[in-house]
Amino acid sequence: MNNLLSIITFLPMVAALILAVFLRGDDPAAQRNAKWLALAATSATFLISLGVLFGFDPSDTGFQFVEEADWLMGLSYKMGVDGISVLFVMLTTFLMPLTIAACWGVTTRGKEYMIAFLVLETLMIGVFVALDLVLFYLFFEAGLIPMFLIIGIWGGKARIYAAFKFFLYTFLGSVLMLVAMVFMYMEAGTTDIPTLLNHAFDSSTMRLLGITITGGAQTLLFIAFFASFAVQMPMWPVHTWLPDAHVQAPTAGSVVLAAILLKMGGYGFLRFSLPMFPAGADVMATFVLWLSAIAIVYTSLVALVQEDMKKLIAYSSVAHMGYVTAGIFAANQQGLDGAIFQMISHGFISGALFLCVGVIYDRMHTREIDAYGGLVNRMPAYALIFMFFTMANVGLPGTSGFVGEFLTLVGMFQANTWVAAVATSGVILSAAYALWLYRRVVMGDLIKESLKAITDMNRREKWIFAPLVAMTLLLGVYPSLVTDIIGPSVENLLNQYHAALPDSGSATEVAQAAAH
Amino acid sequence: MTTIILFAPLIGAILAGFGHRIIGDKGAQVLTTALLFLAAFLSWIVFLTHDPAVVQHVQILRWVESGTLSTDWSIRLDRLTSIMLIVITTVSSLVHLYSMGYMAHDSQFSEKESYRPRFFAYLSFFTFAMLMLVTSDNLLQMFFGWEGVGVASYLLIGFYFRKPTANAAAIKAFVVNRVGDFGFALGIFALFLLTDSIRFDEVFAAAPGLAETSITFLWQEWNAANLIAFLLFVGAMGKSAQLFLHTWLPDAMEGPTPVSALIHAATMVTAGVFLVCRMSPVMEYAPAATNFIVYIGAFTAFFAATVGLVQNDIKRVIAYSTCSQLGYMFVAAGVGAYPVAMFHLLTHAFFKAMLFLGAGSVIHGMHHEQDMRNYGGLRKKMPLTFWAMLIGTLAITGVGIPLTAIGFAGFLSKDAIIEVAFAGTDGGVAFWLLVIAALFTSFYSWRLMFMTFWGKPRGDKHTHDHAHESPKVMTIPLAVLAVGAIFSGMVFYNSFFYDHERMNSFFGLPVHHAEAEAHGGEAAGEGAATEDAAPADEQGEEAADHAMADSHAAPQGAVYFGPDNTVIDDAHHVPAWVKLSPFLAMLIGLGTAYLFYIVNPTIPGRLAANQPQLYQFLLNKWYFDEIYDFVFVRPAKSIGRFLWKRGDGATIDGAINGLSMGIVPWFTKLAGRWQSGYLFTYAFAMVLGIVAFVTLMTLTGGAN
Repeated sequence: MNNLLSIITFLPMVAALILAVFLRGDDPAAQRNAKWLALAATSATFLISLGVLFGFDPSDTGFQFVEEADWLMGLSYKMGVDGISVLFVMLTTFLMPLTIAACWGVTTRGKEYMIAFLVLETLMIGVFVALDLVLFYLFFEAGLIPMFLIIGIWGGKARIYAAFKFFLYTFLGSVLMLVAMVFMYMEAGTTDIPTLLNHAFDSSTMRLLGITITGGAQTLLFIAFFASFAVQMPMWPVHTWLPDAHVQAPTAGSVVLAAILLKMGGYGFLRFSLPMFPAGADVMATFVLWLSAIAIVYTSLVALVQEDMKKLIAYSSVAHMGYVTAGIFAANQQGLDGAIFQMISHGFISGALFLCVGVIYDRMHTREIDAYGGLVNRMPAYALIFMFFTMANVGLPGTSGFVGEFLTLVGMFQANTWVAAVATSGVILSAAYALWLYRRVVMGDLIKESLKAITDMNRREKWIFAPLVAMTLLLGVYPSLVTDIIGPSVENLLNQYHAALPDSGSATEVAQAAAH
Repeated sequence: MTTIILFAPLIGAILAGFGHRIIGDKGAQVLTTALLFLAAFLSWIVFLTHDPAVVQHVQILRWVESGTLSTDWSIRLDRLTSIMLIVITTVSSLVHLYSMGYMAHDSQFSEKESYRPRFFAYLSFFTFAMLMLVTSDNLLQMFFGWEGVGVASYLLIGFYFRKPTANAAAIKAFVVNRVGDFGFALGIFALFLLTDSIRFDEVFAAAPGLAETSITFLWQEWNAANLIAFLLFVGAMGKSAQLFLHTWLPDAMEGPTPVSALIHAATMVTAGVFLVCRMSPVMEYAPAATNFIVYIGAFTAFFAATVGLVQNDIKRVIAYSTCSQLGYMFVAAGVGAYPVAMFHLLTHAFFKAMLFLGAGSVIHGMHHEQDMRNYGGLRKKMPLTFWAMLIGTLAITGVGIPLTAIGFAGFLSKDAIIEVAFAGTDGGVAFWLLVIAALFTSFYSWRLMFMTFWGKPRGDKHTHDHAHESPKVMTIPLAVLAVGAIFSGMVFYNSFFYDHERMNSFFGLPVHHAEAEAHGGEAAGEGAATEDAAPADEQGEEAADHAMADSHAAPQGAVYFGPDNTVIDDAHHVPAWVKLSPFLAMLIGLGTAYLFYIVNPTIPGRLAANQPQLYQFLLNKWYFDEIYDFVFVRPAKSIGRFLWKRGDGATIDGAINGLSMGIVPWFTKLAGRWQSGYLFTYAFAMVLGIVAFVTLMTLTGGAN
């Protein structure tokens, strides 16, 4: 099977089409059919994607499962995975069935809801497997539309504001990226990503509008891509769309947003920024490291005083993404391994945390922390699961959260001890806000009248959490499952990155300029 | 065998925690306890039979691997590990047994609630994490155990989840420990940066090189060995509740008393001492850092003892006492007498666990009354508990026959620390602080005894009428620990401190080490020991050269003494008055307590009235909590609120809204009127972009 990637990419889309064309009506029976079909399609996608995982050869650092075909107007349709992208594909296919199962209770426009998620899955997988600039851009941008609709239609009270904030931020970022892509095409003459990875863009110092730009065109390209990916991550200070989007999004929307959509930014850094514009990345690295360190402390402090559960977890997500960006721009093996690991792990943990909020939101219809308290008295299973993911979120060793945090910090320490020290202080703050949240929601005596009849998790809810618990523990105890796959590709990326720096004359100038 | 010891508690925890519906409440308790006794039995076999000269490694599973960083889940068995094994499993098994009685009824829970399996699962999980910590052969697995015990401690302190104070204390313990872990983690990062490894063997082999390396950390260059030792010690300060990071320990008394005995007295809090001893090959090259350790230890010993003088909650007195005794251990470790630190760790585990369990027995018998002002005259009602507490008190205050090796456990180990403190600091401040602390220790320990067991019953009459001795499952562990509190000092005195050759073979140290010490001793004009006459001088010199020349093998033995470290030998030759000083301090403390609480019980009240400021200062624990609240907690919250409202809200969103000319509200209005409008706008913009892109490429492509 040499078109495996196309199959897993478009299978959900096909299911969405079937729903759109053949399923009529919005009665409960139709909704149930829609949900079952969506669940079947996402599960099938996951099972087929296992073929990619097992067929993947980690020692080969090139692209695998490559498909190439001519497309309209001389463009090419090209897909493939390497050690950096394959696990993001797996993360997506793994989480989507759980997401569908988590929105089993939706009653308004159930069919359209399923269609939105199915289309979203296709577009997200597409982002991670596209090997052509145009294709990548198409998936990357189009992926925002279903998310935009999920927030805008199925969201909370202020959903329109949140949806537009989401749109404005991500759109403004990607306009710059589009310009940069056009420039890349004009200079390199191709939109083929593997070719672009080996193309050395001009990095001689240039003057533009009276400003000297070290790294030249590479730095400008880097900044253009950075605008888009930094918003998507999101990085401080362009993160403010995320808490609003999360708060307004329905549970399943939040899960996908936190667990997968945010990872597109990190993936973009790894696929484009670092390998294609090494000189630019080198010039900007310190700046990005500092942004990340500030993000960790800043958003952790803000999380400390939140009154809305989802907002708190959203801020915590931003802080955790800070470790990712800092790890990437530490530009060493531990930093990059850690960043990818952290993204995968955060997919499970943040997804689970938003599901935890969803469980009680479904019962009480409020995210206000003060509306809860003492849930452990009536919901012991919930208390256990929530505790587990709280601990995973604060990076307890033995859970996957620790490995990512630890490796990125090891990487940071080699790059810049100040940044590492500031970022490490995040582990103190994360413990404070996470346990404080847990205490106010779960611990204490159950005295609120409204909570007296609350019920513990049902079987469906427990089954949704089970795979997430298993993955969080498995990767925490045996992280080699991930590092063995990503290691060689990361090493290859770094070798090329560092080789591109001192060898070319202009890059040496850059390094000198950066030193001054 | 070590593998079984390690995993027995984990299996117990899992079965009790998740399977208690099947095996029942009782089944969960019996199972976890039985597995712990098995582990304890095996630990003693390991302790008595393993060859200390050979470090055993057992690799279990790969763990974090990335580039040159590589760690495993694995076991390192040497003398330090085996000492910790017997301490942990012995105390833990006894505490499990004791808890079967102590937790049988609890007013915090209704009879229907099945809280006991949860408690036993937590206890066993704690034991597992603690064993992971001490059996680790790399810093990362140690960190796993380190944080694992932190979680277990968090769960057990907050065991009474309905009590707000317990919840607050649990969070405080975790967060304050994380402050320490912050240092620990940075220490690990620095070690990896410099030695390219975090496995003990490789780190130890590289340690001499660290002393000659400097590293830029934050604002300046540091000596690498000193910096790493200091950072790791910050971790130890958190876990072992040393001054500045001690505030969580007294609050941790919110947990059930068996927890205090196991975690907050005998095992977890000693992890910091273990860390310093384990890292002795690095510590030996870090004079500035070890100096710092000595001062922190000594000041903690003194500070905690002063606070202990005036506390009224029986558990808090013992908690401050623990804090203080940990300070003693750090002084010993700081001056380089690692075996002595481990010695006190061992004896302290027995007598302090016993004091806590004894206090628990009193609390249990007094229906959860913890204020000593409401005790009195309990000697008759709880004779067994009384005798146990008395033995514990004799042990902690250091009763024995001066200038001999006969005495209760604390007499031998604490006096050994005071002697090495004198030798290691040339009779400096640390030594005097420890002697004064010994006086205070004696005073507050006897104060506790007198207030609890002597005098007339005070407080609620009903409670006193129903005061009763505890059941056998609680008194038997007390009896076993009493044996330890009496004899552990005498039995192990030679191996840990007094007999140099025994000590060397006990810790698996190479022979030449004694040699080096002898030379050092002579040079210092102490007329050093004669026992190691001349088992090959050449060999000794060779070994010394070897150590100098950046050898690439880890030093042999469970602890390491640098070439100039003669502190243990020097301690054997301190003046007699030094050896007598702790004994005298003990007598003065005892006498004062007797005077204050038996002869004339009005003195304490009058003294407090005469010195209100001093009294309040001590009663409020030097106002550390208040200061921290003012300096850290409140500012963190107000900064958080400021960044949220002003930073995120006004500045960032304000700027972006301004930039887009209030476009969001405009869109909102539009969308409110016409639901699908926004989708088109967006999709249209995107399509335009793609079309432009494609057109451009086709045009330029055509040009090519």
